[in-house]
Amino acid sequence: MWGRLRSGLTKAHVSEFRTWAKLETMQRVMQELPRVYVTRRVPPAGMKILKQSGMCHIEQWDSDDPVPRQELFKRVSGIDGLFCVLTEKIDAELLDAAGPKLKVVSTMSVGYDHLSLDELRKRGIRVGYTPDVLTNAVAELTISLLLATSRRIVEAADEAKNGGWGTWRTMWLCGYELSHSTVGILGLGRIGVAIAERLKPFGVRKFIYTDAGPRPELANKVEAEYVSLDILAKESDFLIVCCALTAETQEICNSSMFSKMKNTAIFINTSRGGVVNQDDLYKALSSGQIAGAGLDVTVPEPLPTSHPLFKLKNCTILPHIASATYSTRNAMSALAANNVLAALKDEAMPKELKL
Amino acid sequence: MATFSTLAMRMLTRNLFPSTIKRVFGMAAPQLMKVFVTRRIPQEGFELLKQSGICDVQQWDSDEPVPREELLKGISGAHGVLCLLSEKIDKEVLDTAGNSLKVISTFSVGYDHLAIEEIKKRGIRVGYTPDVLTDATAELTVALLLATARRLPEAVETVKNSEWTTWKPLHLCGYGLSNSTVGVVGLGRIGLAIARRLKPFGVRKFLYTGQQPKPEIAAEIEGQFVPINQLAEESDFVILSCALTPQTQGLFNKQLFAKMKKTAVFINSSRGAVVNQEDLYHALSTGQIAAAGLDVTDPEPLPLNHPLLSLKNCVILPHIGSATYATRTTMSILTARNLLAGLTGQEMPSELQL
Repeated sequence: MWGRLRSGLTKAHVSEFRTWAKLETMQRVMQELPRVYVTRRVPPAGMKILKQSGMCHIEQWDSDDPVPRQELFKRVSGIDGLFCVLTEKIDAELLDAAGPKLKVVSTMSVGYDHLSLDELRKRGIRVGYTPDVLTNAVAELTISLLLATSRRIVEAADEAKNGGWGTWRTMWLCGYELSHSTVGILGLGRIGVAIAERLKPFGVRKFIYTDAGPRPELANKVEAEYVSLDILAKESDFLIVCCALTAETQEICNSSMFSKMKNTAIFINTSRGGVVNQDDLYKALSSGQIAGAGLDVTVPEPLPTSHPLFKLKNCTILPHIASATYSTRNAMSALAANNVLAALKDEAMPKELKL
Repeated sequence: MATFSTLAMRMLTRNLFPSTIKRVFGMAAPQLMKVFVTRRIPQEGFELLKQSGICDVQQWDSDEPVPREELLKGISGAHGVLCLLSEKIDKEVLDTAGNSLKVISTFSVGYDHLAIEEIKKRGIRVGYTPDVLTDATAELTVALLLATARRLPEAVETVKNSEWTTWKPLHLCGYGLSNSTVGVVGLGRIGLAIARRLKPFGVRKFLYTGQQPKPEIAAEIEGQFVPINQLAEESDFVILSCALTPQTQGLFNKQLFAKMKKTAVFINSSRGAVVNQEDLYHALSTGQIAAAGLDVTDPEPLPLNHPLLSLKNCVILPHIGSATYATRTTMSILTARNLLAGLTGQEMPSELQL
């Protein structure tokens, strides 16, 4: 009996040892795997792809709030891939902290104004981003915001709650309709075209756009006419900003532009806050120079609640939710993950930003 | 001498309105018809009535509804009445008006506030405002659908309450129209106009229901006619766009809400009474459906302590479907023209077939 017990125990020991050895090997292998740092809690689709690939060792700032800068510097040291969101400034300082192994920065956004492209190019680091998958959601939210502004939805919903709603009245809470209007788009890219396509059946009479230069292939899809910024301001009943934030577009929407606009015009920005001079916008709205504005993006984000724009009934401000649908955010997360993995394998990325 | 003075009189008075002649010269003028306007309406329409020269216009010149006693006083002996949907034109009102009443012109496309049988019995004609408000109402319905599905009022509240701290991947996520199934209950002028506007948002399928199929109308959006139960089961977005009739009263109740998807969004811009509001509250608060947007309620206004107003996933608007400057102005002109046509026995621009 003792003999059998002893051989049983030996078997257990051996089996335990084998498991322990396997674990050790796995750990060693993991440590040799490329390291990826994920800077936020991201939608499950992307994490699933990274984990199931078996190709990388993943570390994550598993929170809904941004990783503090100092913490980020520590965590990126020696990584091969960075999966970030738009709240992280990826500049020279951060790239130095990461070190020479970093081969890919994959942002879960289509905007890349938070990335120092020159620094990335210098170091030969590839960049992934998420165009196209979010175009529908962003176009949809832009129109939601436009209609909420032109038809005074937030103001009206408040009246229903605060006792302002008496009975049906003929001119109460009247807004401006899209029928027979001129819609102007500042920056005709994928999102601009998607917006125009969706506005068409509302009876828009004319689409006009301005950009660095004419973009006939895109414009022809929606029969939009190329005009100067001045004409865009003068003729638009609805002016929608859809351009990227660059040195050229920084504060392009300022008092000069607002002063040319109609006093019945509605101004919508879902691109980047930096395209608008917010003081000039406040003056234009409060003086009746334009009828109303809707913003999904501001400077800074979040906009402090003490900001004067919040005092205006004719200004609707949203907390940057343009791509916020479950399916879109998961698609963005999946795409960002696939961008990382492709770069780690030195393969073509699904969506690479040309530097 | 008498002839000369009559001639002179005629020349002098030729361009004066009958009412002015009557006033200035104390002469009998062509009998003006009495018209009662139950509210302050956009100037353009009111001017048309005043300048027509055929009616003596009395008005409840306020933005608030005319009290019942004032309505009865004003309508007594009237030939025509221009009213809003807040006035119940029932048997009592019609009796008080008397035999002179020839035309009722309502500043709305809905006519559930008019006692149609009584009106028909008395041979009174009715004018209303279809078509001119279709665009504005369809636009508002889409605005409401998007505000509800993408959680706009909630987002604005979050910002005002300093709850917006930073961009977060799963914060305030909503339901998009891409690849969705949209079900329209009542594919009339407004229902079709709504569907047409939703199409380019990537809706995969349109369903509709009603008393019978309308293949010619539905063809434009490739809409499929289905029983209401199926519409409730399959739709990601349910939109009510039907008239309020005895058949549609309380149509949407717990039975239908129970069939809907947990992720479904429910929109009503038709009439409040088509929905059982208690059942809707239950469906929303238990997660039976995801969210609802209402431009119409029962009653209007909805009392401030109504439970629906306390739900984050219920957006309520104070019946602003046709509220644009352009449309309300056009409605006022059409209402005035309907009234004048009714007074003079002519063809109305928009007559309700009784």
